[in-house]
Amino acid sequence: MGAKSMDNRKGIALVSRRKFLQLAGLSGGSLILGASLPGWQPAWASGLEADTKLNLFVSVDSDDTVSIICHRSEMGQGIRTGLPQVVADEMEAEWAKVKVVQGLGDKRYGSQNTDGSRSVRRFYDTMRKMGASARTMLEEAAAQRWSVPVAECEARAHRVHHKPSGKSASFGELAELAATQKVPDDASLKLKPAESFKYIGKPVPTYDTPDMVTGKAVFGQDVVIDNMLIASIERAPVLGSKLEKLDDKAAKKITGVIAVERLDGGIEPPLFHPLSGVAVLATNTWATMQGRKALKLSWSDTPHAQHDSASFIETLKQRVSEPGKVITQHGDAQKALEAADKRLQATYSAPYLAHATMEPVSATALAKEDGCEIWACVQDPQSVQAHVGTALGLPAEKIKVNVTLLGGGFGRKSKPDFVVEAALLSKKTGRPVKVVWSREDDIHHDYYHAASAAFFEAGLDKDGKVSSWLQRTAFPSIGGTFAPGADHPAPFELDLGFADMPFAIDNRQCETAQAEYHTRIGWLRSVSNIQNAFGVCSFADEVAHAAGSNPEEFLLELIGPDRKFDPSQGEYKYNNYGESQEKFPVDTARLKEVLRRTAAKADLSSVANGRSSGEGWGIAVHRSFLSYVGIATKVRVQNGKLEILEMHCVCDVGLAVNPDRVESQMEGAMVFGLSLALMGEIKMEKGAVSNSNFHDYPLLRIQQCPAMSVEIIASEEPPAGVGEPGVPPVAPSITNAIFAASGTRIRDLPINRHLTLA
Amino acid sequence: MELTVNGEKHQIDADENMPLLWALRDLLQLTGTKFGCGAGLCGACTVHADGMAIRACLTPVKAVAGQQITTIEGLSSAGDHPLQEAWIKHNVPQCGYCQAGQIMTAAAFLEKNPSPSEADINQAMSGNLCRCGTYPRIKAAIKDAAASHPGKGDEINGGEVNG
Ligand code: FES
Ligand code: FES
Repeated sequence: MGAKSMDNRKGIALVSRRKFLQLAGLSGGSLILGASLPGWQPAWASGLEADTKLNLFVSVDSDDTVSIICHRSEMGQGIRTGLPQVVADEMEAEWAKVKVVQGLGDKRYGSQNTDGSRSVRRFYDTMRKMGASARTMLEEAAAQRWSVPVAECEARAHRVHHKPSGKSASFGELAELAATQKVPDDASLKLKPAESFKYIGKPVPTYDTPDMVTGKAVFGQDVVIDNMLIASIERAPVLGSKLEKLDDKAAKKITGVIAVERLDGGIEPPLFHPLSGVAVLATNTWATMQGRKALKLSWSDTPHAQHDSASFIETLKQRVSEPGKVITQHGDAQKALEAADKRLQATYSAPYLAHATMEPVSATALAKEDGCEIWACVQDPQSVQAHVGTALGLPAEKIKVNVTLLGGGFGRKSKPDFVVEAALLSKKTGRPVKVVWSREDDIHHDYYHAASAAFFEAGLDKDGKVSSWLQRTAFPSIGGTFAPGADHPAPFELDLGFADMPFAIDNRQCETAQAEYHTRIGWLRSVSNIQNAFGVCSFADEVAHAAGSNPEEFLLELIGPDRKFDPSQGEYKYNNYGESQEKFPVDTARLKEVLRRTAAKADLSSVANGRSSGEGWGIAVHRSFLSYVGIATKVRVQNGKLEILEMHCVCDVGLAVNPDRVESQMEGAMVFGLSLALMGEIKMEKGAVSNSNFHDYPLLRIQQCPAMSVEIIASEEPPAGVGEPGVPPVAPSITNAIFAASGTRIRDLPINRHLTLA
Repeated sequence: MELTVNGEKHQIDADENMPLLWALRDLLQLTGTKFGCGAGLCGACTVHADGMAIRACLTPVKAVAGQQITTIEGLSSAGDHPLQEAWIKHNVPQCGYCQAGQIMTAAAFLEKNPSPSEADINQAMSGNLCRCGTYPRIKAAIKDAAASHPGKGDEINGGEVNG
């Protein structure tokens, strides 16, 4: 996603205690380590420069507590367990004595932008080094204390042991002396061999679970600050629209309402600016909501008020049926199509989607003359620093960002518009302000996943072999949220499962068609992989059936020989999720292995799949976020009614650092994918979203959730993405199963437009 | 107005139509009970009133004055309710936001139906959404809690339960 810069200078250094305490808000701490980390910023997303030499920390207290900073945001993916467990393992710390400390927003940590399924893969090696470095320094401290060679000292289970004499000292006892040791350089660091891992690759229990089941966990919505006001904001319903008239007399009469404030907005490109709005501030949430209902206001007209999602999707379908902008070209797809024995075409579409995190976004701010403190559920605290700083006219370092737990993120909480609202309102009122978004606010004012259309055409030769493949897609780019003029899918969106389509077809062509934005477009869990995989995996299945082949065998042949390939061609440079292709190649052997195992979960024979039984299996496999995931789904279709009977996931995510959290992310991805495929649809009429809450933007409920399984392929490859790659293959596995069961091919999502859900 | 929450009496100064959710969260600072939809559609705000699971977002405070309100903070004194233990054992939560509501719904339901079938669980839990998709583990944890504490639900009736 966008330009990336990376700095591979890695090294571990002692940082001053003051700096550590300042970053973490910790007390005590004798051994404090920092590590410089590779930096990564989507430059267009945050406007931050890519600062590269930054730090992450671990400390040991004299009471034996090992504090490990988690600088990434926890939103259900288990990162506050996953990264610290790596450090603890290398360090020989006992998990029960580890305290996880949430890092404040600070550039010195490196990127804290928790998206793109990259926390573990980006920080795994560094975390190991941090742990190993701490262990080495503790061993050296023990050697010094006992005046013995360091080779005779060994850290084990939170103590350092002197092997010859059998004496030992706890980490806490050694902490102070350890802090005075020289920091080992990278080259001399000895990492643990994989067979002696205690926590890495093991299902370490989630750090925050005990607090979550007792109501103690603090989310953005839960922040309480003395003397704070609560704000509820009525916002412009259409992009670009501004407040015209306001009558707030009735609102101000509501008991508990303290103030009514305007927020300027209507700026394009929308970036992370607040929308034009009117905030009602009160001493409690109920009063602010009542006050808001009593507002009388009107909004200015904008060209986006013509936007209608249903006709927009029709327009996109029309546009993808005509020649578009060529992105990549292998052989001569057009000529091969003309020479084909059999030609097949299909057009797919998918609607706008909203994130609908269970916790609607919320932020609390206390703005002062010379700085501002924030408490919020954000995926990227540094982006908050930058945007709040700009809005208040303060340097970013003057914005202190405390990251709470996130009640779901999925990409929504990496956009800090709601935090800027809180900061501006605090400045206007001179009091701490918590902005509470309601579910309606959340559904009405999201950064939506783009509506899309895609056209596919394949040519088969006499033997039923695919000789040509043309694919063309159109959807408003995320780029439109950040820069004017974006009116085609951008290359970084084609990187996500479209231009890197893995089929070994001699003549193939990838194109885009025009699509302009009319609302704020943003990234949602797995981003354009959603529509890209839906198109590619559906069409491959269609061609398989047309060729009279078993989908597994057909796909294996289509993917072709085992190879590692670079999808780049000409102007088009494949970004590979910001990683090198040496470390994370596009590897068809891994994809095929996932495919075989996925197919083994299903029964793809024509006997099992039949219109008479009304039952059928579908499969789909897809590489995204450097991981390979296959989904096998069994459905029953009877009298226009659809029931999802089973769903199985097979994944190769490289090394699974915490297999239990990998499994839970895949379960979550299946549920997320089921919601979007079966019932996910944001509708826009006259430029405004017409859905409002879970009755008309439904999510999958427990009784609709099929029996599931997750198979994680054991792998020694470096850890790859986990949070997102489970989502893309879900939708096509379902529609492929529906076809197998009923002969009905669903090409326009969501599925409940065509079939009733059981 | 007086509210009894987790066994403690509180005097609150609130509009009698204020939903219990906001009285709990804003006035008593019991933030374990969550705001998910404000419309009875998600179950994140579930608490008990005299042992019955209710949606706090739709319940005006006047409707529960005089009743015993239990929130997630008061479900057990040490976080050791059989469901809380089962939730930890199955590592149920992802983001955790819906989980207080899930547990409160399940707790009231298990009191009434200590050995539920899969269909019973589906029905009882159908009003609680989880965007993170923890449904398979919620089911497993409820079954586990029911199996390992077969008598739990019958404490009210004082009877024996086969399990
Ligand atoms: S917040 Fe009460 S049901 Fe959703
Ligand atoms: S755990 Fe996140 S919504 Fe249920």
